[in-house]
Amino acid sequence: MMIHHLSTTFGSLLGRLSLKWLPHDPITAFGAILLAAVPIGAALLITYTKRWRWLYREWLTTQDPKRIGIMYIIVAILMGLRGLADVILIRTQQALSSGSNHGILTASHFQQIISAHGTIMIFFVAMGLMFGIINLIVPLQIGARDVAFPFLNATGFWLFFAGMALINVSLIIGDFSATGWLAYPPLSELKYSPTVGVDYWIWSLEIAGIGSLLAGINFVVTIIKKRVKGMSLMKMPLFCWSVLGSMSLVIFAFPILTVTLTLLALDRTIGTHFFTAGYGGNMMMYVNLIWAWGHPEVYILVLPAFGIYSEVAAVFSRKKLFGYASMVWAIWAIVILSFIVWLHHFFTMGAGSDVNAFFGIMTMIIAVPTGVKLFNWLFTMYKGKLNMKTPLYWLIAFVVVFTIGGMAGVLMAVPPVDFQLHNSLFLVAHFHMMIVSGVLFGYFAGITYWYPKFLGFKLNERLGRYAFWSWLVGFLLAFVPLYILGFMGATRRLDHYSSSLGWQPLFVVAAIGVVFIIAGVIFQILQLIVSIWQRNGELKAGHDPWDGRTLEWSLPTPIPVYNFARLPEVSTRDAYWEAKKTNYIDDRPYEPILIPKNSPLGLVIAAGAFIFGFAVVWHIWWLAVLGLAVSIFGLIYRSMDEHTEYKLSAAEVKQMDQMRFQEIKS
Amino acid sequence: MRINKKWLVIFLVLISFITVAGIYLSRVNIPVLEPKGPVADKEFRLLVGITAIMLIVAVPVFLLLAYVVWRYREDNPKRGQYVPDWEHSRWLEGLWWVIPTILILIVSVISWNASYALNPYRPILTSKKALVIQAVSLDWKWLFIYPDQHIASVNLVEFPLKTPVHFYLTSDAPMNSFWLPQLSGQIYTMAGMQTQLYLASDVIGNFTGRSANLSGAGFAGMQFIAKSVKKGTFDSWVERVKTHSLELSLSAYRKLERPSSYMPVTYYANPAKGLFGDIIAKYMVPYGQAHENMGGVSS
Repeated sequence: MMIHHLSTTFGSLLGRLSLKWLPHDPITAFGAILLAAVPIGAALLITYTKRWRWLYREWLTTQDPKRIGIMYIIVAILMGLRGLADVILIRTQQALSSGSNHGILTASHFQQIISAHGTIMIFFVAMGLMFGIINLIVPLQIGARDVAFPFLNATGFWLFFAGMALINVSLIIGDFSATGWLAYPPLSELKYSPTVGVDYWIWSLEIAGIGSLLAGINFVVTIIKKRVKGMSLMKMPLFCWSVLGSMSLVIFAFPILTVTLTLLALDRTIGTHFFTAGYGGNMMMYVNLIWAWGHPEVYILVLPAFGIYSEVAAVFSRKKLFGYASMVWAIWAIVILSFIVWLHHFFTMGAGSDVNAFFGIMTMIIAVPTGVKLFNWLFTMYKGKLNMKTPLYWLIAFVVVFTIGGMAGVLMAVPPVDFQLHNSLFLVAHFHMMIVSGVLFGYFAGITYWYPKFLGFKLNERLGRYAFWSWLVGFLLAFVPLYILGFMGATRRLDHYSSSLGWQPLFVVAAIGVVFIIAGVIFQILQLIVSIWQRNGELKAGHDPWDGRTLEWSLPTPIPVYNFARLPEVSTRDAYWEAKKTNYIDDRPYEPILIPKNSPLGLVIAAGAFIFGFAVVWHIWWLAVLGLAVSIFGLIYRSMDEHTEYKLSAAEVKQMDQMRFQEIKS
Repeated sequence: MRINKKWLVIFLVLISFITVAGIYLSRVNIPVLEPKGPVADKEFRLLVGITAIMLIVAVPVFLLLAYVVWRYREDNPKRGQYVPDWEHSRWLEGLWWVIPTILILIVSVISWNASYALNPYRPILTSKKALVIQAVSLDWKWLFIYPDQHIASVNLVEFPLKTPVHFYLTSDAPMNSFWLPQLSGQIYTMAGMQTQLYLASDVIGNFTGRSANLSGAGFAGMQFIAKSVKKGTFDSWVERVKTHSLELSLSAYRKLERPSSYMPVTYYANPAKGLFGDIIAKYMVPYGQAHENMGGVSS
């Protein structure tokens, strides 16, 4: 069977690829054209403004985490808009498709959209924002001039980019997985999903996932090895602690994803039977494996956001973070527990009472460290002087929404209660409340907070406030009805329902909620534009606009490529806050600094991976070999290169530093 | 006292919103919150109990948040004392490690016991003998086989009230989840595997059930009706189906299993002998060794 399989697919030079896979229905065609217009438009603009050389030198080949961070965030924002377009279609479909009306989408198209929505939001929006902010902030907060492995880090970003590109290509040619964001077999096996959709899903995540693993390794080593003198672990800013927890999870969890996807790909491509129904395959093995990655993944996303909230709580309360040691222990309790709860995603499998009870109880225990963190944030604000700016608004909304969502979570951790709520819209409401408030709101807060550090001006506060209220109202309108719908027996992923069930009014309210969320997003875009417009006026910010506490605020804005001309010396937590109390003048001599040279090889390796992924999806085997060869060539070529850094002499550093110093003065 | 116009508008909008929502919710059927059988009823009570315990933590969080934000905002003229270096209190931090731990301990004990008591495989204890029904999820419909009554039905399952119903479930399609919220929680149906579920209904009525796990294009149509009726009604229904329906021979089954969506209710007489076991066995390797593993179902 296997040989037959290979011989037929080797037959054609283009594999399964043909023009019939271009979109036919108007909605997909419109999406595809819009999507293709973005890179084409960007390319035309760059050509017109003669910026290719600049783009190549300053961005495509850069090894500087500050620039890589910005690229991550730009990609994440663009993908967020695509994920939002998916939301609009989902909510429109479900608001209309009742009784004799079957809405605007076919069932299969609807299922592709929900799968794309989940996949994109988790892998390319939440992960993108997370790695973006980590790249920007972690080296600065630990007083480092660079990350531990700048090339690995850049390669990680480009692999993330390649995965993102592949998932978007699926909209233009072929189709996407219609099996939900985690593609449970046997539905995702060849027998039930014979088209390229699931393959796009697999290879997009496979490539992006390896990128995430590389980035995770880099940041664990960076935090352990690159801290400035005097900054013991317990003096690190809490954001760095949360990143250390999250990245440790990445290192342990992502290999599971890689292996699981590979096994599914083998099933689909060469006819093995790891997860098929029949022939000895075990579909529940896949479900176990994917959640052994999937549950830690949730904490991978949420921990850095917790870290941001800790920074925001302290800075905007103008007070030390309450219960620092508790916070650290809570993070590590969450890290460890997150690996022993995965079975709560399928209590309904029919495992025994004791298995279900064990995993249920482990899940509930996570509520303890999470609750500790909530109280510590509240007591950071208590006896503070609250500077009521948008980041603090996001924090307050988070506390409310996360507590409600968390209660729903504990409820579902009780196996018999979960039997009634599993896979219902109650569950959908629960995890959106956790991920949107715990992750997205956190990154919104973080972006607003750190924006002036990198761009030199703050974001417009009034528009930020409008965005906040639109988001919060829209979010509650969109998800509170889903809790009720869950109680009413509505399951997730329904493209249609009987009108006699009485669900439609609630789906309409949820759709209205999305209108508010769209308004919030429009306010955020306006906020960006208006702030750029007003950047030299009242929004102009010095190097420390919020009266910051941690080392990044001690740096001039814009931050020089080497971050710290002279490495700071740290003896307490909140190092910069303490330093501001004394009038210390740094007159230590400058020293030479090594800076990594630009390299296009990260981009080359990722380009090879993209070609490989695309070729395997379509069974174009010669191209797959070529793509793999490009990646391997890039790796070997890079490892031969011994001149990967250049040196700034002490005199140059001194000159650059003093020039900036004068700019600040004048 | 001067009433701020903005707050008045927000207040009125909220009140009218809640009123409309309240009227709406009082008129619709909310199966999970309106259980009609002993299993769903216990699950519902558990849900309410756990929610109450969690409110012990959640309510203080909300109150504290409201108080802190009001009291310590910078522009509050009556702002509380500012203590920028206050960062630790052994007593307070101990409090919020210990109290949630105690609550979770309580919930854990409840949860452990409930996990045993409400294990879907656990028989419902009554003097009545349980009615055995074999359920198979197909693309995209539900087949119910009555091995002792020698009938079968599609997208409708009927049983006498106040009698335990013992489901054996499997799938001849991608994985599905059997859910009849007003009577019991879910259990997966998986090809080549068998799960079990007990439920019972306390009242006469029609209940809606569906699949809760995405299984392909026709998934949304995997809705079925569960009819709980008097014993006499059930018996005459069985007789009617037996005499007035097509036979579910193997070839009829092969026709039935082909993908179809929104299939209307259909009845069959005399399902092929051992059909349910054969459906499971067809996914076993090597073929045919699974018959002793049928959980003692007479078929």
